[in-house]
Amino acid sequence: MTTPTTTQDQKLTPDQLEAFGAEMDALRQRVLADLGDADADYIRTVVKRQQQLEVLGRALFYLPPAWPLAVAALSLSKILENMEIGHNVMHGQYDWMGDPHLSSRVYEWDNVCPSEQWKYSHNYIHHTFTNILGKDRDIGYGILRMDEDQEWHPYYLGNPVYAFLLMVFFEWGVAMHDLEVENIVRGTRKMEDNKALHAGIMRKVRRQALKDYVLFPALTGPLFPLTLAGNATANLVRNVWAFNIIFCGHFPAGAETFSEAECADGSDGKETRGHWYYRQVLGSANISGGRLFHVLSGNLSHQIEHHLFPDLPARRYPQIAGEVREICERYGIAYTTGPLRRQLGSVARKICRLALPDRTSPQPGERDAVRPLAA
Amino acid sequence: MTLVSQLARSRAVAALTSPHGVDHYLSRVNPMWAAHEVRGRVVAVHRETDTPGAPVATLTVQPTATWRGHLAGQYVQVGLDLPGSARRMTRCFSISSAASGAGEEFTLTVRAHAEGQVSKYLVDAEPGQLLHLSQAQGDFTLPVSPATPGIDPLLFITGGSGITPAMSMVRTLLRDGYEGRAGRPVTFLHHARSAEDQIFAEELADIAAADNDVAVHLRHGDAVFNELELRRLVPGFRDTDTWACGPAGMIELVRAAYADSPRLRLELFKPPTTSSGAAEGDLTFAATDRQVANTGASILEQAEEAGLSPVFGCRMGICFSCTTRKSEGTVRNVLSGAESSLPDEDIQICVSAPVGDCVVDL
Repeated sequence: MTTPTTTQDQKLTPDQLEAFGAEMDALRQRVLADLGDADADYIRTVVKRQQQLEVLGRALFYLPPAWPLAVAALSLSKILENMEIGHNVMHGQYDWMGDPHLSSRVYEWDNVCPSEQWKYSHNYIHHTFTNILGKDRDIGYGILRMDEDQEWHPYYLGNPVYAFLLMVFFEWGVAMHDLEVENIVRGTRKMEDNKALHAGIMRKVRRQALKDYVLFPALTGPLFPLTLAGNATANLVRNVWAFNIIFCGHFPAGAETFSEAECADGSDGKETRGHWYYRQVLGSANISGGRLFHVLSGNLSHQIEHHLFPDLPARRYPQIAGEVREICERYGIAYTTGPLRRQLGSVARKICRLALPDRTSPQPGERDAVRPLAA
Repeated sequence: MTLVSQLARSRAVAALTSPHGVDHYLSRVNPMWAAHEVRGRVVAVHRETDTPGAPVATLTVQPTATWRGHLAGQYVQVGLDLPGSARRMTRCFSISSAASGAGEEFTLTVRAHAEGQVSKYLVDAEPGQLLHLSQAQGDFTLPVSPATPGIDPLLFITGGSGITPAMSMVRTLLRDGYEGRAGRPVTFLHHARSAEDQIFAEELADIAAADNDVAVHLRHGDAVFNELELRRLVPGFRDTDTWACGPAGMIELVRAAYADSPRLRLELFKPPTTSSGAAEGDLTFAATDRQVANTGASILEQAEEAGLSPVFGCRMGICFSCTTRKSEGTVRNVLSGAESSLPDEDIQICVSAPVGDCVVDL
């Protein structure tokens, strides 16, 4: 495959976009028609394993020498619960099964962010307006500068520090995401607008903290401090893992951002379905790796497939990735992928580079002109 | 056991198992262990009739200890994981056994409908089959019992499988009554397609033969409900507490005969509506009790047109913010063109358009 050049060079014609969208729609239909026992068995098995790991982790805290094992089991359980189960169930990927335990309307995840608020900011805002500057609040989460088109300010000198803190406290960052603190600072959002959200967040925070930092430690009696530290570590491990997977999904070199004007290509001034698919591919990046890695990432290692079809069961993403990539190549749409280490390095470099003012003011369409990772 | 179940229902256990709840873990060990949810196991299946195309069977169900019991005439939602499709189908079935107490067995009498995936499966179910249940629901119930003496006569008018709630009521009266008597005049008028298709035939014959205050009148074949006959059997029927349950056609006749008498209580068995493919029929918003003529647009757009403001997000079928329960009718997914007629189904209203009559929980 040839190394793709800049976006501007490969803008598709409206007809090409429509044909591209039709191919994606057809692929989606084919998977939808094939949903069945295999998908149901898969997610139920993952839930079962997650519960076993959770019970094992909680139980091993009674054996002080097994502390590292307990933390490992609980960390894995929390990662599976948040990513392969929680995130995907709340996308409605398993709503077709009619099982209330796997329903996007009912599911509540093991995370301080209330699922109701998460579904709004993630499923709606982020997935609808993926990588549109000024609309997708997941670009930098209102704290970081993750794109050249975000204007530089001395505040951003702390970019690497903010990123590190966001990684460590990721679940809290996600919970506060909906409060749009940056918009309150800017004066475009009022404190009153957050009143209703506060109650929901506080209720969830109390429940999560009571469980992990009071009740389970208390149940281990004299081992209280060890269990408390273990639970906190498991939450930390999950935070670091989720942060890294997610940042590698949208911010490595190769993943692009869009302006609102670019996304009004339809005759009615709205975005066409074809362009929406096109934007999802260019705004996302995959991470290559083994099967276990994909499961532990909640299959968000297939961020491109996830963004094209957020409501298809995630186990389908690796299955259709080859076909998606083939279609993208035929239309000359860059399909960004790379191993975790490389993507992490790319994201880290970007976080540091964008902490400083741009050396040269970017020409339109020339951002990320060097894209060695688009393999 | 009570100590264990009290513990399982305690706030402490709820806090420890948050956010998933204790049942999420208990059911993993044994599906019949539950602290809040209700499930049941089929313990016996008894074939009532072998009517070609529409056989009837009675299933004896042992519910979990969480079952709070039922009043005669109530129904229960039964969720079934159909093998092969991995989809859980949920349907309502009237309980045919006498009123039950907490944790007690009850029976469901089910007729297999040609289109009914759940009913067809249940009629041939094997003992051991797991069912996902609701608590008993519905206010089509018998408020009187032999423990609240009275001499007011009671009247049951039923058709086909509409016999089940009335059977539960009659069984309750006879079971709880002094020396097996209902304790007041009871008239049971039932219509079946044929003698072979008569559900509970033997038991009804025994009830009719015994000296128990219950008069049973069975009508088979083409004999539809008619007012003159009812007047002959129960001259003051409009002033008699009456429970009527059956197919829509019969219910219409009964309703007309009773004019607006407050003594009549109705339960209607609705056949699933089939799609016609055109923008016709009515769209009913059940929660706000409003109805509009279907324009063929998405349910979200039609609801907004009607002045409602449902929750929505992407308006393109990806974010699931607008997911709403559709209780009846057929909808077409405007993206895929796929139609779905399942009752009590969660749909994305931004990409679903009604096909014919449709009822949504908005």
